[in-house]
Amino acid sequence: MKTRRIGALIGATTLALALGACGSSDDGTASGGSSGSAADGDSIKIGIKFDQPGLGLFDAGKYSGFDVDVANYVAKELGKTNVTFIQSPSKQREDLIATGQVDLIFATYSITDERKQKVSFAGPYFVAGQDLLVATDSDITGPEGLDGKKLCSVTSSTSAQKVKDSYPGVQLQNFDTYSKCLDLVVNGQLDALTTDNTILAGYAAQPAYKGKLKVVGKTFSEERYGVGLKKGDVALCEKVNTALKKMVDSGEWQKAVDANFGPAGFKVDTATNPPKTDACS
Amino acid sequence: MDELFDQFDIWSAFGQTIYLAFFSALGALILGTVLAVMRVGPVGIFNRAGAAYVNLVRNTPLTLIVTFCLLALHYQLKINLAPATSSTSIVDNGVRWAIVGLIVYHAAFVCEALRSGINTVPPGQAEAARSIGLGFGQSLRYVVLPQAFRGAIAPLASVLIALIKNTTVAYAIGVAETAAFMRDALEFRPDLSLMIFLLVAGFFVLLTMPLGILLTNLSQRMAVKR
Amino acid sequence: MSTSVLFDAPGPKARRRHRVVAITGGLLLLVLLALVGRALHANGEFAGAKWSPFADWGTWRYYLLLGIWNTIKAAAAAVVLAMSFGFVFGVGRLSRNVVIRWVSGAIVEFFRAVPVLIMMIFFFGVFAYNQVFPAAWNPFAAVVTALTLYNGSVIAELVRSGVFGLPKGQAEAGLSIGLTPGQTLRNIQLPQAITAMLPALVSQLVVILKDTALGTIITYPELLQQAQNLASARSNVIPALLVAAAVFIAINYLLTWLAARLEARINRRGHTAGAAIGRAPTVPGAPVDQAHAAALTPHEARHDAAHAGQQDRV
Repeated sequence: MKTRRIGALIGATTLALALGACGSSDDGTASGGSSGSAADGDSIKIGIKFDQPGLGLFDAGKYSGFDVDVANYVAKELGKTNVTFIQSPSKQREDLIATGQVDLIFATYSITDERKQKVSFAGPYFVAGQDLLVATDSDITGPEGLDGKKLCSVTSSTSAQKVKDSYPGVQLQNFDTYSKCLDLVVNGQLDALTTDNTILAGYAAQPAYKGKLKVVGKTFSEERYGVGLKKGDVALCEKVNTALKKMVDSGEWQKAVDANFGPAGFKVDTATNPPKTDACS
Repeated sequence: MDELFDQFDIWSAFGQTIYLAFFSALGALILGTVLAVMRVGPVGIFNRAGAAYVNLVRNTPLTLIVTFCLLALHYQLKINLAPATSSTSIVDNGVRWAIVGLIVYHAAFVCEALRSGINTVPPGQAEAARSIGLGFGQSLRYVVLPQAFRGAIAPLASVLIALIKNTTVAYAIGVAETAAFMRDALEFRPDLSLMIFLLVAGFFVLLTMPLGILLTNLSQRMAVKR
Repeated sequence: MSTSVLFDAPGPKARRRHRVVAITGGLLLLVLLALVGRALHANGEFAGAKWSPFADWGTWRYYLLLGIWNTIKAAAAAVVLAMSFGFVFGVGRLSRNVVIRWVSGAIVEFFRAVPVLIMMIFFFGVFAYNQVFPAAWNPFAAVVTALTLYNGSVIAELVRSGVFGLPKGQAEAGLSIGLTPGQTLRNIQLPQAITAMLPALVSQLVVILKDTALGTIITYPELLQQAQNLASARSNVIPALLVAAAVFIAINYLLTWLAARLEARINRRGHTAGAAIGRAPTVPGAPVDQAHAAALTPHEARHDAAHAGQQDRV
């Protein structure tokens, strides 16, 4: 008798939980579509990276980085006092905007024609470029010095593959995150790490690596970081551009650059920075 | 389908999976046999060492073991399984350390499979052998071990099948095997997701199912009727 | 352990020989440990700076406890869903309808043959591409989906072998008092089979818990991922991975112990006509003992099922 009750109980519980799980997944998609636009009220949802020191980092309960500083400034200029930061991994940035889960994205988001098919961009607010991060005592001065060297790369990132295509003698070590590469470059087990110079500078400035890593300073691509927003929202785009202009003019932009990239000894390319914003469309 | 084969080096990914599986299986069989001998042998300290190994290893995730092999043993303690100066040192070290990780993990299960084979032999068998006058070595050779090996086929087969599937974990340390191909393919051709999945799943079904049927058949044919 | 099958009770000479082997063996193991220790020491792995983060509350709060919580969250969700999946398809495989039986069988066999990681990567890609969930949920959803499909299939096999493992008389008795085959299954066979399965279910938890670590590959912040994040923040790879391994081992030991307790209890109290099905082998693969049991006659299967528990007891 008791056995049967246990059996029935387990059956009923699993069934109930299974149904509950199905129901909750529906809620998830529904809430994604029904969020308000940036124009409502004084709250705004901004997508940033959570794992990019110097740009967008969520650590020990606090947000920090250049993207975060710019985002906060723009939000304030838009009159939004209640900012919610939402993690925006590279692959999901278009989806986050399209489904209204975020209003703006400040997440090392390069302006490209391909992305313009799906989202609109304000900005750019910074011009970065692909560069190399090496140990302080390394004699590598540019990508041409990498032949026969070991380069750390991240799964499905094209930046390391581009280098390998031009210099076939390069060996690639694949990891799922950049952070795994750092220790190995410091110890000399691997020779270099490649991606945007801003990201590299952020890593080099981390307390654990201060003084042990340097950014080579010879960029071999141009990445114009824009503010992603809903496609065709010209009004919002223009407001953001005005805020960005004001940030540069007031000197707040330079302050944010110095605070976030300064400690790494990273020199901002003043020929391209601060950039002029593009026209909104 | 052809598009996929043109765009990605699928055959070398499949080949890498088979390579990993073959050498890991070989190594795990050897190490597992050594462990099994330690565990069932008469020396107490080896029993305990073998038991400790099995209990620690099989409660640890394979992903952690494989990651530890490359990040800790290779990159921290600087143990090279391929010359550091060779032009393929990263690839070679990755593959070889993945094999080491797979061996370490699956040896624990091979050991248990062999032990369970020994456990299928009823004590009465040994007693009967002894009572008809066979010596210790003779009773092992003619009565106990033949039955034990037959009893171990089914559990060993399940370890082998698990091992083949587990080679995908080598992707955690950047080995360019089937899971790596799949991740790349899904990244660059998300429009072909289902086809990519069915291709990869089909590869594993093709690899494991005939093996499973074959070995189950074998174990039933070889099974000792009791 | 049936060492008695392999060895005679040792005489005085054999005992002396064993002692010599034991001492040499012991020394050999000590030398091995010392070598490992020396290599670690030479690399500065015992330095205070590499271990001091573990005395810091922040390390636990933002890295390890968060990782443990995410691991348990994914494992718990997967186990609940896998049980529902397993019951549906396990009962499906017992159905008298050929089509249902065949479809259930095909689904179960397919998901058991495909590596969990492959399913995880696939669902991660599909969820992200088709915007099935809010972006931040994708890794969790992919981990849980993959674990559910694989372990659900394993549980389906457990359900089937649990029912097959019962004495034939149970079903015959049900039919002879006028119950339909469905009623017999529901009221007589399944309740007993479930009780018999409980230990195997608990030990399947060990498999699920270990497999959550695969989530690290699709950036799910479970324990292994968090340990690696900690390692890059504090540059203490070896200590961080060792601590993570210790946590996994501790949790899994607890589960294994629980399974053994349950098994002993069920066998002692005899709530089911069959014996408790042993803890499934914790290797994430086909639990051949159970699958094999289902192919045999009920009597043999019973013997096998009872036996499976013993062979896995360490």
